[in-house]
Amino acid sequence: MEWARRLLAGDASAFTPFVESIQHRVFQYTWLMCGQREDAEEVAQETLLKVFENFDQLQDPERVRAWVFRIAKNFCLMKRRRSVFAPERELSLDELLPGTEDMPRSTQLEDRGELPDERLLRAELGQQLERALRELPETYRSVVLLRDVEGLSTAETAEILDLSIDAVKQRLHRGRLALRKSLARYLGGNGEGKQP
Amino acid sequence: MTAQHSNHTHSARDPRCLEVFARLSEYLDGELDETDCRLIEEHIEGCEPCVEFLRSLRRSIEASHHYAAKVEPGRIPPELEERLKQAWQAALARRRSA
Ligand SMILES: [Zn+2]
Repeated sequence: MEWARRLLAGDASAFTPFVESIQHRVFQYTWLMCGQREDAEEVAQETLLKVFENFDQLQDPERVRAWVFRIAKNFCLMKRRRSVFAPERELSLDELLPGTEDMPRSTQLEDRGELPDERLLRAELGQQLERALRELPETYRSVVLLRDVEGLSTAETAEILDLSIDAVKQRLHRGRLALRKSLARYLGGNGEGKQP
Repeated sequence: MTAQHSNHTHSARDPRCLEVFARLSEYLDGELDETDCRLIEEHIEGCEPCVEFLRSLRRSIEASHHYAAKVEPGRIPPELEERLKQAWQAALARRRSA
């Protein structure tokens, strides 16, 4: 990350953009993991303080995001007792396959010769996404947040969460499938792909 | 093989589809080798349920990419900002003297 590199070089103009970016990212992650606004504010601030207190230990600015999120994850875990969204449980591939909940609606629409309005769907999808993310069991949610929302790599996510690469891939896939299933009604049934 | 089941009626329990479903994330993330990739593509091409499933999965992943919380963090309190700056400067000093 460019700002981290500049901060390491002592460039004061990188301070505010770096702080704001970290605060924003960590706040959002905690907001979806813990669900309380105050918790998210606190974790973001605690993380920032720890990051700067240990800034001399950052060897490679390229790894700053993984380093920051590892710190944030630990602060976030301390707040976990307050998380009440989703019970912890295994998701099996079997329960995540396309079932009857998504297909019929698109068929129905098609039968009537109607297409769901793209913009409406998109707006609704945005609203439903936060709910769907929060309903994911935590083990899957943390992986989906780091990989798909934050855009970290599989290796970085594995490092942050103390997981193997395979565990990250498996949880990501199941988490994504669960999200897809939960959002199926808002993903548009037959927008581009023509049904036979 | 592709042609053979290009018109099959949808069953989410079709073993060929199940195999594809299990690997779609790796496929989308470009983590499969060329052979596995081609096998998946060959199957999907002739399989409407898989096309539809892939499309909706891709779309839901894209939604995650674009997620932005509606709530935003408040401003960093000035006292904290001051502490952060001091911690940064102290870290830089340690780094130089190391
Ligand atoms: Zn198939």
